[in-house]
Amino acid sequence: MPVYNLKVNGKSLSVEADKETPLLWILRDHFDLVGTKFGCGIGQCGACTIHADGVATRSCLLQVSVATEMEIITIEGLSEDISHPVQQAWKEIDVPQCGYCQAGQIMTASAFLKQNPNPNREEIRDAMSGNLCRCASYNRIEKAVEQAASKIS
Amino acid sequence: MKRSTTPSFSRRSFIRTSALASGGMLIGFNLFQACKPEAAPPVDIADLNFNDFNAFIKIADNGMVTIFSPNPEIGQGVKTSMPMLIAEELDVAWENVVVAQGALDTKNFTRQVAGGSQSLRHGWEPLRKTGATARQMLVNAAAAKWGVDPATCSTENGVISNSNGDTLGYGEVVKEAASLEIPEDVTLKKPKDFKIIGKDIPNVDIDKIVTGKPLYGMDYKEEGMLYVSVVRPPAFGKKLEDFDATDAKGVKGVFDVFKFGDKIAVLAENTWSAMKAKKMVKAKWQDDSKLENTEDYNKALTALLDGKDFNTMRADGDVKKAFAEADKVLERTYESPFLPHNCMEPMNFFADVTAEKVRLVGPIQTPAGTARRIAELLNRKPEEVTVDMTRMGGGFGRRLYGDFAIEAAEISNIAKKPVKVVYSREDDMSAGIYRPAIKYRISAAIKDGKLTGYHLKEAAVNSNMYGLIPNFFPAGAVENYQVDVAKYDSNITIGAWRAPYTNFLAFAEQSFFDELAEVMEVDNIQLRLDLLQNVKGHNDERIQYSPERLEQVIKTAVEKSEWGKKPEGVFQGFSSYYCHNTHVAEVADVVLENDQPVVKKITCVVDCGIVVNPLGAKNQIEGGVIDGIGHAMYGDFSFKDGVPQDTNFNTYRLIRMNETPIVETHFIESDIAPTGLGEPTLPPAGAAIANAIRAAKGVRMTKQPFVKNMKEKALLG
Repeated sequence: MPVYNLKVNGKSLSVEADKETPLLWILRDHFDLVGTKFGCGIGQCGACTIHADGVATRSCLLQVSVATEMEIITIEGLSEDISHPVQQAWKEIDVPQCGYCQAGQIMTASAFLKQNPNPNREEIRDAMSGNLCRCASYNRIEKAVEQAASKIS
Repeated sequence: MKRSTTPSFSRRSFIRTSALASGGMLIGFNLFQACKPEAAPPVDIADLNFNDFNAFIKIADNGMVTIFSPNPEIGQGVKTSMPMLIAEELDVAWENVVVAQGALDTKNFTRQVAGGSQSLRHGWEPLRKTGATARQMLVNAAAAKWGVDPATCSTENGVISNSNGDTLGYGEVVKEAASLEIPEDVTLKKPKDFKIIGKDIPNVDIDKIVTGKPLYGMDYKEEGMLYVSVVRPPAFGKKLEDFDATDAKGVKGVFDVFKFGDKIAVLAENTWSAMKAKKMVKAKWQDDSKLENTEDYNKALTALLDGKDFNTMRADGDVKKAFAEADKVLERTYESPFLPHNCMEPMNFFADVTAEKVRLVGPIQTPAGTARRIAELLNRKPEEVTVDMTRMGGGFGRRLYGDFAIEAAEISNIAKKPVKVVYSREDDMSAGIYRPAIKYRISAAIKDGKLTGYHLKEAAVNSNMYGLIPNFFPAGAVENYQVDVAKYDSNITIGAWRAPYTNFLAFAEQSFFDELAEVMEVDNIQLRLDLLQNVKGHNDERIQYSPERLEQVIKTAVEKSEWGKKPEGVFQGFSSYYCHNTHVAEVADVVLENDQPVVKKITCVVDCGIVVNPLGAKNQIEGGVIDGIGHAMYGDFSFKDGVPQDTNFNTYRLIRMNETPIVETHFIESDIAPTGLGEPTLPPAGAAIANAIRAAKGVRMTKQPFVKNMKEKALLG
């Protein structure tokens, strides 16, 4: 099997894997970065969202062989000390219930706010609609994104 | 009359203390035993050793308090709220409290199920008494040191003071306190003196969640563990005939493929190899029993409602006579589909079966029952089986059933390896234990402008409503009242789903009351209030809801939602309900966008007694309401020849943020003992929006999901 060199959270890591292996499983099973969650495997729930070259990307659909040229950031690499404004807002609003989808929500929100640091409510709601939360903590996710935006912009 | 009473905790607390070699004091108690409705020591108190305890408070020399909570946390917040009760009575600052996952050991105690929104209700008194007992021992130790009467001492934020102005920190007297006799009677704080209860306390796991630390069963791994993907029968009613795993075994990383029961296990070094190889297993299936179709059981349920073969759950007065003598009769039938749970964390479990022991780790709401079943299945002694609980990525009832843990144990037993079974989303949705399809038929008899008879019939797949549900509103409010149930047996597996039965019954009844008010030509809210007057002062012990508390949430919802005072174009819908010991009223504000109803806001009024942690409580309330709306609007699940027709979120629709209203929560201020919030705000949500849709579009919803029902009624394009 081929060996792939990846850049994850600023570190160079290599893995021997099937070329079509989704990056999700490389992160979780090979690199022990289990903050990126498996939810659906078909890009519908957003639990596995990471940043690939700064863009919110579903890691369940990103093949390892395609990811080698990319700068990959996972929830573990978003900040060193929970200092990212989105993580801060998530804490201040106390967003999670079960918490399983929240890493993906945070990664979607942080990439979105980088592109659009001053969004209106509808833009937030649209941007976050690709991420499912069965506990339905949506009101708080919305508030937390608004709060993070107010600190970023 | 008897009201929803607080479970009492009158017997001696089975608390034990010990000085720690490392300094500090350890206080042990059995949380699940303590939180049972009728608390009883697990064994003779004199013989207790620390293995009999599953919850501990550790007070260190520096005054830091660690509370080890053994609770399964499924997102309902008990890992935060239950330790708050202890810390309040221990009288320490929350900043000096660390909550840790308790030591897990099923050998020496029986765990209780996490479910039914009961944790806080049952924990309210024993957990506070545990904290108060520890506090009293610390005070007694300080008083002895000072040579004063303990009654002259007081505490605040972990510091003991006497009337001479001397002070000692808890950490300075823990060593002495640990050797003192455990006081029998302790005084609990008055609600007005609470410093932690009633404050907004953030989720104790928040830092780990927002940084992606391993917390969930899905994140658990051990050296040498194999990942397992399981091929299960593709339809209810099929069994395995034969299979060919040649191609699957050729996948790099695959360790073995073998049959167990009617399933095939694919074991691999990593999840992806297991999932990929699973798809390459060529299995042949044969018919074993009926292959169910949605049309078939829908017809069967209607036939049951039309028939005469019912079990009567409650009958007051003479319903037959009331209907025979009625001036007017209203009869409506409400229909709902099967629903999968769709926890965001798919089912998974770790098992390591060796000659010495059976070690299980994972997300489970019923660890004791599951351990027992596995011990029986593998013919092992119960004490050889241990279960470690991880945080759960949702439960909603699905994790009450240990089928996935049993699979892991069976596979590990055959493979002689530590394994973790991982469900794909498709596995999770198609090997479900679903909320059953249910139909309700409700009839009302009206005579001289009064409601004289109420007859509720339930037809459900495999299992009917249970417990106290037949005694919920309007039981007691209508003289002639009857609840009848019937079931249709199917091979589709069914089980509890967040707020079992009431999750749909509340929609049916609260929609019916609105229509009934129309037929009776009375105000819909006044009808509910008038009926509640009939329940006041009665002495029916079966009735758990309080007419006074229900009346208060209704009136408060009218006020807070500006009921009837909204500008033109805002259509409101009302619903109120009691379940899981909590009283709730909800008002939906719906507007028309492109002529289609959109839910903008829900005003939710809740009486759950004392609100222990408002921050966590509101989260549960908002989630319950939106979850209720989502499933009422979109939740649909059908079968064709025994095959589930949706297997992933590309076709199965869960509510998303852009479809979500704002939920505005109001609590009824109360000194009454708290009740749970994991479920009670979900059931009334469906009727609130159905009644608002009626106001907006003039059409009544009778079937869930509403998007389908609206299409049938040509309301949606």
